[in-house]
Amino acid sequence: MILTLLDRLNRRRAWLRWGLLAAGLLVAFGLPWTLYPPVATDIVCWGLFAVAFDLLLGHAGLLSFGHAAFWGTSAYGTGLIAIHSGVPFYVAVLGGTAAAAMLALPIGYLAVRRSGIYFAMITLAFAQMVYFVTNQWRDVTGGENGLQGIPRTLPGFDLSNSFVFYYAALPVVLLGLLAAWRIVHSPFGRVLAAARENPARVRALGYPADHYKLVIFVISAFLAGLAGGLYAVNHGFASLQEVYWTTSGKVAMMTILGGIGTLWGSLVGAAAIVRLEDWLATAGFEATGLVTGVIFIAVVLIFRRGIWGTITHLLRARAVAPVPQIEPHLEHDHDELQPTPTN
Amino acid sequence: MTSFLQQAFNGLVSGSFYALLALGLAVIFGMLRVVNFAHGAIYTLGAFGAVWLADSAGLGFWWALLLVPVALAIAGTLAERLLIHRLLALDPLYNFLLTFGIALVCQDLLRMRYGSHSQPYEHAPVTGSFDLGLFEFPRYQVFTLGLSVVVCLAVWLLLTRTRIGTIVRAAIERPELTRAFGIDTGRWVTPVFGFGVGLAALAGVLAAPMRAVNSGMGADLIITVFAVVVIGGLGSVFGSVVAGFTIGMLAALGNLYFPVLSQTSVYLLMAVVLLIRPAGLFGKEEHV
Repeated sequence: MILTLLDRLNRRRAWLRWGLLAAGLLVAFGLPWTLYPPVATDIVCWGLFAVAFDLLLGHAGLLSFGHAAFWGTSAYGTGLIAIHSGVPFYVAVLGGTAAAAMLALPIGYLAVRRSGIYFAMITLAFAQMVYFVTNQWRDVTGGENGLQGIPRTLPGFDLSNSFVFYYAALPVVLLGLLAAWRIVHSPFGRVLAAARENPARVRALGYPADHYKLVIFVISAFLAGLAGGLYAVNHGFASLQEVYWTTSGKVAMMTILGGIGTLWGSLVGAAAIVRLEDWLATAGFEATGLVTGVIFIAVVLIFRRGIWGTITHLLRARAVAPVPQIEPHLEHDHDELQPTPTN
Repeated sequence: MTSFLQQAFNGLVSGSFYALLALGLAVIFGMLRVVNFAHGAIYTLGAFGAVWLADSAGLGFWWALLLVPVALAIAGTLAERLLIHRLLALDPLYNFLLTFGIALVCQDLLRMRYGSHSQPYEHAPVTGSFDLGLFEFPRYQVFTLGLSVVVCLAVWLLLTRTRIGTIVRAAIERPELTRAFGIDTGRWVTPVFGFGVGLAALAGVLAAPMRAVNSGMGADLIITVFAVVVIGGLGSVFGSVVAGFTIGMLAALGNLYFPVLSQTSVYLLMAVVLLIRPAGLFGKEEHV
């Protein structure tokens, strides 16, 4: 029955798009009615973070294992500005985001010199450095205690109610998502996708591939920062957890669970993971690492298309002219030796 | 001068852990093109294995040094056959993510069983220190350094002086050519993975008497080792060993003069190397 429904939807592609957009907006606006509002805000923050991550992994083919650095830098930056200056929280978030993007410039500059697995290790190492600096710089960051008492300031509004704050934060998230969508469908995004598939040819065509990679890295860090800043304001504090490597792993899992390269799938993945963690915490089950790890293993082994990827695959398989769907494509080092085939 | 020597010695001791872990990472990477994120978790399991043997069976350090690496190497072989092998034909990043998941599971299981506190392990085979007048070498640290140098040399001999080593080196450097000579390189994938795992477990057992044994001990270390192999270049097995010792020492000496950089010096070193020699100090210019 579901499949016939999919068939019918398939014939109306354009309507499907608009319908999805409308449904998405409806969910976005209705979320705090169905969930505990702070959890709803968490979902949209992590959702934007995961979309930013997918911009890099799914569209530029770069697996960053250090995105916690940008999320966390903005969380701390936003918190410091909000605590010490009392400006509206939008300004504080923008300030924190700018700090994250500025940090991404040197890290990205160094990291794009290597690709593939090295890129992942380098970003992870630099993020760990950011973690140590945050931990050591106690006078400013509060060290292990974290940064507490981040206010939700907005002149003329009382945002102490989390339900109200959700609607104050949502437009920022939607703007971030719009930016991500626009980038993917721009000429810039096309060059990036081409550089992922065949870097040598893109260079031969005269595009500075590394330059493009750096730009998307900084953009991704900017969007991650936007999400991290909002997250810090939502919780009223920033902790070391925000800059720790487990946070980088968590966002990677959201994107992979949602579907690499599907952009909106990341939102679904983020919602699923945040809900799951919330549910586990409520149930008093503390082994989140265990659950996260098992999901990670299972998804990578048997569910590599992810939720969104699987749905679009089913849709396409039912379409009149089937589009060949391959494994979600990550960057390959073409000059490198291929893995040893084994029997 | 005294503190200089003292610090250089301490650096070499940390370097011996970097070297053992980097060596395992490098042979695994060479053979499977997989960067094993779970390497840190195996190191942690190695240390807990020593603690567990002492607590439950009353077996001391030497038994642990013998049994734990073998047991974990067998477990690693199984994990390779059951999980990692399935993804070898795909992009190497998938196995990086898979081993990340394995690392999370191991770490959390240990935390659930032992809590977050450090476990005491007082079964060091040698205690006390050599007094050289200028400063003192703790005996166990000297032992660790010596053993790790011996192990690295043994692996080097194994790789260069035996038939198996020659096949493995050939399979690492020119897999297609090696197969063209009629040698089945696939046979060696699983044993080499198990061997690398055994080396990490050995490092873990060695760490038990001198480091805090807790579930998070390997996670932070492995990220430092990633920085070390980026500096040294994963493509070269010996480069990664040399880089391990050298960077351990350089970082320790750096800490002496710039204490504020104590935890970040390795990463700064990595940034400098990426600036001037992106392929790593000993790495071949494979692709930049």
